[in-house]
Amino acid sequence: MRLPLLALLVGGPAHGYELKQALENLLGAAYPQPNVGQIYVTLGRLEKAGLIEGEDVEQSDRPNKRIYRITAAGRETVDAWFEESTAEPRVRDEFFMKLALAPHTGTANQIALINKQRRHYLNTMRDLSKLAAGEDRENRVAQLLIEGAMLHLQADLDWLERCQEELE
Amino acid sequence: MNQDEPSGPIVRAAGLVKTYRPEGAAPVHAVRGVDLTVARGEFVAVTGPSGAGKSTLLHLLGGLDRPDSGALWLDGRQVDGYREARWAELRRNHIGIVFQFFNLVSNLSVADNVELPALLAGRSPRQARAARGELLDELGLTGKENSTPGELSGGEQQRVALARALVNTPTLLLADEPAGSLDSKGTREVLRLLARFHQRGQTILLVTHDARMASAADRVISFFDGQVVDDAHLGGGRHRPEAGVADVLKLKG
Repeated sequence: MRLPLLALLVGGPAHGYELKQALENLLGAAYPQPNVGQIYVTLGRLEKAGLIEGEDVEQSDRPNKRIYRITAAGRETVDAWFEESTAEPRVRDEFFMKLALAPHTGTANQIALINKQRRHYLNTMRDLSKLAAGEDRENRVAQLLIEGAMLHLQADLDWLERCQEELE
Repeated sequence: MNQDEPSGPIVRAAGLVKTYRPEGAAPVHAVRGVDLTVARGEFVAVTGPSGAGKSTLLHLLGGLDRPDSGALWLDGRQVDGYREARWAELRRNHIGIVFQFFNLVSNLSVADNVELPALLAGRSPRQARAARGELLDELGLTGKENSTPGELSGGEQQRVALARALVNTPTLLLADEPAGSLDSKGTREVLRLLARFHQRGQTILLVTHDARMASAADRVISFFDGQVVDDAHLGGGRHRPEAGVADVLKLKG
């Protein structure tokens, strides 16, 4: 969450709660939002690292709030983040391990594992469809996130089919 | 329709087998001993790789193809011995079918495409018109009555096909890759409509290779090499936390 918060601060100074709201508006309901505590902790660390600086602003009726702005070092960090290419999604490591090791243990059946995993993916797909239907159509970022997740799932399901073909 | 067993399953199949024997080629064992029950009001998706035999299964259930062996009951009556004429009557009155390529009559208007099966089923022109008007309205096709299928987008044509399939309020709706030739918007539209008719109690059997479509059903049957390899109820059962995109995609940082 460090880098997304930094990137938001490039747009202008903000306090913790504003950043939380900006993340929610941007990503929609499908993306599990950090709670406000996590955001304050992360902001504290970013400040300690010199990537942002905070300033207390007095409020008459409430405790002071701390407004953060990005530093030059922070900007460099954000630029470097966009500059570097992003690692591709991981190989299905844990499930693949189970599938590979099942014959060695004698306790698990590969086809049963595949069927179980397929059910899990289909249920996740169903949850995502519900989220997509509930999400604001106009929030294109949120819709695209969900669509991306669905396409990954479709690929995972296709791969399960391949496993079934080979192993049955 | 069946007086004896009105609350029995809509579909019951036992030991269905279908083998195609193309000339000069190896026989294709499309369906290899399938037992299947679909309860009233269920929305079932049959999914699997292409060539798994799932379309053949749908064709057997709709009488578009005959099994080599096995027994089949639709809404309580045994139909596996039916000849073509009785199947045609059964389909007209009790089974709606939607295909990947719509199969509309290209030189008839949208209105006529939808009314024709109602008229063939013995309803009066006035009743047919009323049913057609209601369905086209429901499917967002008001104003397209006089168009021919060729003048419509794929998504619109599939909605006309859906209206045609539903005009005689069938006991069972069969859908064979209904979004297979549609773009993502058309796909969403078809899914939304299937879900809506299902909510009103329509029994649906959907054949698809698309997991997104399949996950709209309550129950997903995985078909593989002519056989059922898994039969899963979705969403129900034990409580599971709802998944978000982060279960699938991970943002760095």
